[in-house]
Amino acid sequence: MTNNLRVKSSKFIDETYKISFKFNNKTYYGYKGDTLASALLANNIHLVGRSFKYHRPRGIMTAGSEEPNAIVQLHKNTSRTEPNVRATEIEIYEGLEASSQNCWPSVNFDLGGINNFLSPVLPAGFYYKTFMWPASFWEKYEYFIRKSAGLGKSPTEPDPDIYEHKYIHCDVLIIGAGISGIVAAKTSAKNGFKTLLVDEKPHLGGSTIYQNSEHFKINNQISSSWLEKEINEIKKIDNLEIKTRTSVAAFHGYNFLLARENLTDHLPLHQRNEKVRHRLLKIRAKKVISATGSLERPLVFDNNDRPGILLSSAIEKYSNLFGVACGQKNVLFTNNDSAYETAISLFQKGINVEAIIDNREEVDSKLVKEIEKNNIKIYKGYTVVNTFGYKKINKISIMQLSKDGQKVVGSKISIDCDCLGMSGGWTPAVHLFTQSGGKLKFRDDDQVFIPNKYPSDQISIGSCNGEFTLDEILTGISKKLKDFLNIKKTDYENLEIQSHFNKTKRNIWLLPSDKIIGKTKPFVDYQNDTTAKDIKLALREGFRSIEHVKRYTTTGMGTDQGKLGNMHALGIISETAGSRMGELGTTTFRPPYTPLTFGTIVGRNVGEYFDVFRKTPIHDWHVENKAKFENVGQWKRAWFYPKENESMHEAVQRESKAARDSAGILDASTLGKIDIQGTDASEFLNRVYTNAWSKLAIGKCRYGLMLNEDGMVYDDGVTTRLDENHYIMTTTTGGAATVLGKLEDYLQTEWPELDVYLTSVTDHYATISVCGPNSKKIVSKVIPEIDLSDEKFPHMSFKNAKIDKVKCRVMRISFTGEQSYEINVQANYGKSVWDKCMQAGKEFNITPYGTETMHLLRAEKGFIIVGQDTDATMTPIDLQMDWIISKKKYDFIGKRSLYRSDTIREDRKQLIGLVTENPKEVLEEGAQIVADANKSPVEMLGHITSSYYSPNLEKSIALGVVKGGKNMIGRKLIIPMENKQIKVTVTDPVFLDKENKRLNA
Amino acid sequence: MFVIHCPYCGKREQSEFKAGGEAHIVRPKQPTELSDDQWAEYLFMRKNIKGVQFERWVHAHGCRKWFNMVRDTSNDEIKAIYKMGEKPPRKL
Repeated sequence: MTNNLRVKSSKFIDETYKISFKFNNKTYYGYKGDTLASALLANNIHLVGRSFKYHRPRGIMTAGSEEPNAIVQLHKNTSRTEPNVRATEIEIYEGLEASSQNCWPSVNFDLGGINNFLSPVLPAGFYYKTFMWPASFWEKYEYFIRKSAGLGKSPTEPDPDIYEHKYIHCDVLIIGAGISGIVAAKTSAKNGFKTLLVDEKPHLGGSTIYQNSEHFKINNQISSSWLEKEINEIKKIDNLEIKTRTSVAAFHGYNFLLARENLTDHLPLHQRNEKVRHRLLKIRAKKVISATGSLERPLVFDNNDRPGILLSSAIEKYSNLFGVACGQKNVLFTNNDSAYETAISLFQKGINVEAIIDNREEVDSKLVKEIEKNNIKIYKGYTVVNTFGYKKINKISIMQLSKDGQKVVGSKISIDCDCLGMSGGWTPAVHLFTQSGGKLKFRDDDQVFIPNKYPSDQISIGSCNGEFTLDEILTGISKKLKDFLNIKKTDYENLEIQSHFNKTKRNIWLLPSDKIIGKTKPFVDYQNDTTAKDIKLALREGFRSIEHVKRYTTTGMGTDQGKLGNMHALGIISETAGSRMGELGTTTFRPPYTPLTFGTIVGRNVGEYFDVFRKTPIHDWHVENKAKFENVGQWKRAWFYPKENESMHEAVQRESKAARDSAGILDASTLGKIDIQGTDASEFLNRVYTNAWSKLAIGKCRYGLMLNEDGMVYDDGVTTRLDENHYIMTTTTGGAATVLGKLEDYLQTEWPELDVYLTSVTDHYATISVCGPNSKKIVSKVIPEIDLSDEKFPHMSFKNAKIDKVKCRVMRISFTGEQSYEINVQANYGKSVWDKCMQAGKEFNITPYGTETMHLLRAEKGFIIVGQDTDATMTPIDLQMDWIISKKKYDFIGKRSLYRSDTIREDRKQLIGLVTENPKEVLEEGAQIVADANKSPVEMLGHITSSYYSPNLEKSIALGVVKGGKNMIGRKLIIPMENKQIKVTVTDPVFLDKENKRLNA
Repeated sequence: MFVIHCPYCGKREQSEFKAGGEAHIVRPKQPTELSDDQWAEYLFMRKNIKGVQFERWVHAHGCRKWFNMVRDTSNDEIKAIYKMGEKPPRKL
């Protein structure tokens, strides 16, 4: 047998450009223009992989993106290796290395092949049925099942390639550059529309471009010659952008589409450096023309999956476009005229066609006549009943179909062959159309779903619209385009078309066999090894919905998403269930049409660009001083500052002690700040906070609690009255944006009569908090002009001041329970004021502390953190903060909800303090709180929300929420842990300085 | 993804906007006068229909203005957009 099946040169293949590549570690040669599949076929390699479940040998079946079998692992390199690459799409390049998937030790000798012989005991739903009993064993089964699941290997190292996203706006997008797409593109662009034409293949012209038959002519020219001239013309049009190797992945509402442009996968490796590999195009088109073509259907008969069995149209493409013969003894099996086109193409190239098996009894088109003229045997009214040859087909047996097509009659005839082409007619590629929300209708004549209702400004033309023959495509296209684009004239008004294709077809979804169905393997989904038998079994077991049958049998769930077999699955279901095909509907077509790499989806948003993060003006100082950071919202906040070999615990204990014993300093710049101005500012605050604001004097600060309308705590913070009609509100770091959004919402939609203006000034100010018994001395050194005496500047008050010439706002407010001052300066002075404070505080051992120490200090004082001690089910009463709810105010957000039947329940979870029996034992945040751990079931009373070891109290402290906790002070409760039960006592949540002596000192 | 015509800025991508639930639910002027059931009606009950729905939207990454939108939830067709405080168009 010859090893080179290259038959005749093709103009799409550059035979002067030889390329070497490796497949399963062996070196082969191909030419520029080859796909991996065509190059392998030229080397007489059909066996490319093993099937998923039965590990059956599988070969190349198609010549396009619908390929279910010939999927390979590309590259050996661990960072670039890529599984499930379709050999029919990847263009060969110097250095390409591919290998078979789903086989061990090799594709030729695969131990998993034993599953093929076990197949009688591996029916649909095998895993569901077998591994359920006993239920507790699933974890043991799972390990082995996971090992055998999945196809190919994913890379283990980060992807070194570059990907990017690009937005495109155009008047008209045309998907598919076959003959209809080319005609549409030229018409659209020549009429002044900004037009984008995309096609997944590297060449334009679809399948027409490589047809070379006298039977198909346009204006007396062979269709491919005519089309070539059109293509040459459109390349010169300015307002037409053409993108090849660009596959539309998704078609969303409002004509928003995603496409992947493949820029480097066809280049030799050394030419790819620094280049963008894939580009995700985000296309917004005013109008969309789908010209996505159609996919040839396989036929469903016993052993229809052997290497050497291809789609008839694929055989034609390999011969005409790549100059490759798929076999030397070809047999074609068809139910329509398409296979005759293939036969004529092969014949013209001198490739031997042994016979054509045709389901139809009467056929007499010009195509058929030409075949007969050339003495090729046609078996009319016959079907293939079986195929032979383990790793490559070598024989088929055929039988005559009964009149009704339900069974076979007569005796078997054997035919030797090394390649079988099958054609079950054509399925319009309506995937993108339905993704966009389009509704299909079923055409009974030739059993196809075609577009019916368009959800947006779009049309489908050509074979994706069920127009399969050249005359069907071209006769109506001019009027269609004129109506759609609203133009008067096209270049395609009076085309003279000659097409000898006869449309009659004999559609039998599951071809009959001389064996009972249980003894046959007629594959419907090749990749997932679903046979007609599995589908019938699902129906017998009671599944009716196509969506359920799909999931139970996994048909259509492979990487090819059932592009070939879904129609047959539908057909077999409707025939078996006795329903009409159109009534069943289809399974949902979901994006992407063909798989996308993760790189394409992510684009440039990798590494530090994965998410935006915000830095305070003092960030660099924290970095220099070895701070560990924590993410709070989008902010990077200093978490703690370990010295030398300090652990986190040691650092936090040191920081916490220093802040209470002498002085601490905190970068609080991340707190949300909202500037509130207007004559109704006080009234506005009255409505959004639970407490009263009208009487707050200018220059004073007040803590406020904000609720949702359902009465649950939403945010908190201190607001300062800067002037009669001017306040500055602080919010939690994470809540800043949503609080502003909520306030704006009320202002614009509920209370538009209020004269209030809100401005976010979070980024405008740096906020430095100096706290501790020595804070007064330090701040007075930094801002000597202010009288910091308790009489002149008491707790909860504010003053404007200047540091050198820089204006600042100083508030005496405290989140730690210590005397403390917050200095707000214009952000770009933040670092220098911080430095000044550090300098001034040196003699007092001023200690920078991070968020962890801040949390510890406030917990000692029993101050809540919204979002840590609360979880959107806590009212202020649950938090024992009744004091903050104004009794006098008629209304505020959430007030009415505070006395709903549910919110006044006594047994709601309420905030309490907890101390452990052993003061050294620190509780785990999130741990459950129970009264009796031996009761069954254990009644869960609540959980721990905050827990620390307090260096200042020298004991473990915790905050938690407990059902009816308010009345449980002094009760002993239990924290059940994995190996022990920890005894705790309920206390007041304020652990330190209940009298606020430190604050006012 | 929709293209939304902000009444203040013009046509923009949906990603600039945030949906804010059902429109034309007015906060009661005197919540304290309401029974638990009446308050719950305002607080919790929202329509979620297949078909024409009145919604609130905000141009969150733009002018930050709230407005009303009439959308057919079955096919995402935007039937009308009008400012806060305005009445929905009679003909949809």
